[in-house]
Amino acid sequence: MADTISGHAVAQAGRALGPGRAGRKSPLTWTGEFVRRHRLAPYLLLTPALAGIALVLLWPLLQVALYSFQNYGLGQVTGVLPTQWVGLSNFTATFKDPEFWLSLRNTVLFAVVAVPATLIVGTVVGLLLNRLGRKMAFFVSTSAILAWATPPVAGSVLFYWLFNPDGGLVDWTLSKMPHWLVGSTNWAGYNWTTNGALQAYTVIAVLVVWQSFPFIGVAVLAGLKTIPAELYEAARVDGASPWRVFWRITFPLMKPIFLVLFLLSVIWDFNMFTQAYLITGELGNQNEYNLPLYIYDKAFTFPPSYGLGGALALIFAVILLVVTAGYVRTSVRQGALT
Amino acid sequence: MTAARAAAALRQRRPAAASRARTAKQARAAGLNGLGLLIALITLFPIFWMIATAFKPSQEIYSLTPSLVPAHPTLGNFRNVISGQAAGIGSVWLFFRNSLAVTLATVLFASLVSLLASVAVARFKFRFRASFLVMLLVVQMIPGQALIIALFRDFDALGLLDKLLGLIIVYSAQALPVSIWMLRNFVATVPKELEEAAAIDGASAPKIFWRILFPLVAPGLVATSIFAFVTAYNEFIVALTFLGQAHSTYTLPIYVTYFFGRGGAQWGPIMAASTLYTVPVVIFFLFVRRRLAGGLVAGAVKG
Repeated sequence: MADTISGHAVAQAGRALGPGRAGRKSPLTWTGEFVRRHRLAPYLLLTPALAGIALVLLWPLLQVALYSFQNYGLGQVTGVLPTQWVGLSNFTATFKDPEFWLSLRNTVLFAVVAVPATLIVGTVVGLLLNRLGRKMAFFVSTSAILAWATPPVAGSVLFYWLFNPDGGLVDWTLSKMPHWLVGSTNWAGYNWTTNGALQAYTVIAVLVVWQSFPFIGVAVLAGLKTIPAELYEAARVDGASPWRVFWRITFPLMKPIFLVLFLLSVIWDFNMFTQAYLITGELGNQNEYNLPLYIYDKAFTFPPSYGLGGALALIFAVILLVVTAGYVRTSVRQGALT
Repeated sequence: MTAARAAAALRQRRPAAASRARTAKQARAAGLNGLGLLIALITLFPIFWMIATAFKPSQEIYSLTPSLVPAHPTLGNFRNVISGQAAGIGSVWLFFRNSLAVTLATVLFASLVSLLASVAVARFKFRFRASFLVMLLVVQMIPGQALIIALFRDFDALGLLDKLLGLIIVYSAQALPVSIWMLRNFVATVPKELEEAAAIDGASAPKIFWRILFPLVAPGLVATSIFAFVTAYNEFIVALTFLGQAHSTYTLPIYVTYFFGRGGAQWGPIMAASTLYTVPVVIFFLFVRRRLAGGLVAGAVKG
């Protein structure tokens, strides 16, 4: 334990200075010595962070878990009715609700499309940035940073406007396209956001890919820089095609990075609330709910039901926990704890 | 023998082959540049359209043949947003100030607390170190939707729902796991010998912390603050739930959402508000672009 810093080293230095100083002890030095003797320094340093995490993240999670077994709703909040333990009834009610299964389906289908799309576009951009000249790479990465930096709320409102039936650019462009392409006057005034889940999530998927491919691209680029150039030299001498080079050299070497990016994307797309909330027209359009919207609606739409919302939040957290477990395992395996 | 003949053949063929190879290389470079240009333009287009709409007068916005650039650019939409006329809940500057206060307080608070914690993790060996690190990874993944119900009840009980302080507390705590995770790498790279030397010279622990460790970790703090900044500036669900109808405490995303939800298709002012909301964070990202790779990505890729 010799490599604890300051605390230990300072203790030694203090002893070396001799008894003259230790003679007149102020309460402050006394506390300092107590901390040193019991090696409390790391715990003291951790206290504020632990307090914050425990009070704002862990304690609410526990509370939500408790709500899920109670009939906690409007009557209980206002104090008119007593809070009772209701066993698993919030969970059985949830599993019987067709809306729950619909929003689960929307969530999963969205992730099945958006995750691969984001990863593919991001990887292509990462590979491209690695090959482009300095000026062009700067231009492409700058434009990617602009999309990345756009706040989700601004991006959602902007895409809602682009896909708007009244004056939106997308409908206008589609209606002016030639017939042999998708063009048709039916596109004029086409409503993307309230016509059904498929249309709404198409818009959301385009938006999410637009906002998240830059992150994937930059991460892939950072990974590419770590691959020794000799490997590519060797492949070039052997006359391997770029497609083959990617699958035989780049992909195997970057597998850990791709795995983490995949898991993060799954978690993010499952968690997607802001974009879904704004594009589907805030709350009320049940056919277009994903799980986060469904939970929020159950919990907060009048009359609020924190019990049902809690049960749902717990189910949702368990689903994500499975993904998170994979993420943590990968991180630990990659030596993240050292 | 064969090798010699092959070499001779190669030598003979070289000029033609070399020029062919050069043409192929040029064609490939042109193709790559073309693809890069295409991707960049597609990526930029939505942002361009937001800004273009913000500068268009309304008859141009709803024209049957939309024009790419404003034919008669106007500052009317921006004036409208600044006067607060269209949204009806106040000038955009009010919400800008709220967002700025919440963001700066979160960055300061989260940086300080996570610096302390990352020193503990990077410099000391203690009993629950590994468990603490795993906890950070797991906690970072807790979905916001799972917590919002309890947070709403708790902060209601504390009377912090319609106060910016409530948001600052939640955002700081939310930024902690990733900030600690990233900062500990920066702390670990500061040579321990410097601190030991200072300790031998009789410097106290706080003095070592502020005079030696802090200046050396400062670049790392910049990278960490990117995450806290983005968390606080962009956060939606907590602000939406906490701020409710307390218009004067709205942060920029809630203001834009309110404006958007009012309907009436005021796309000019809404795009002007969105542009004003987006500009600071874009400038910030471009300013720290060198650290984006090292900051956000290293934080996420390494865990």
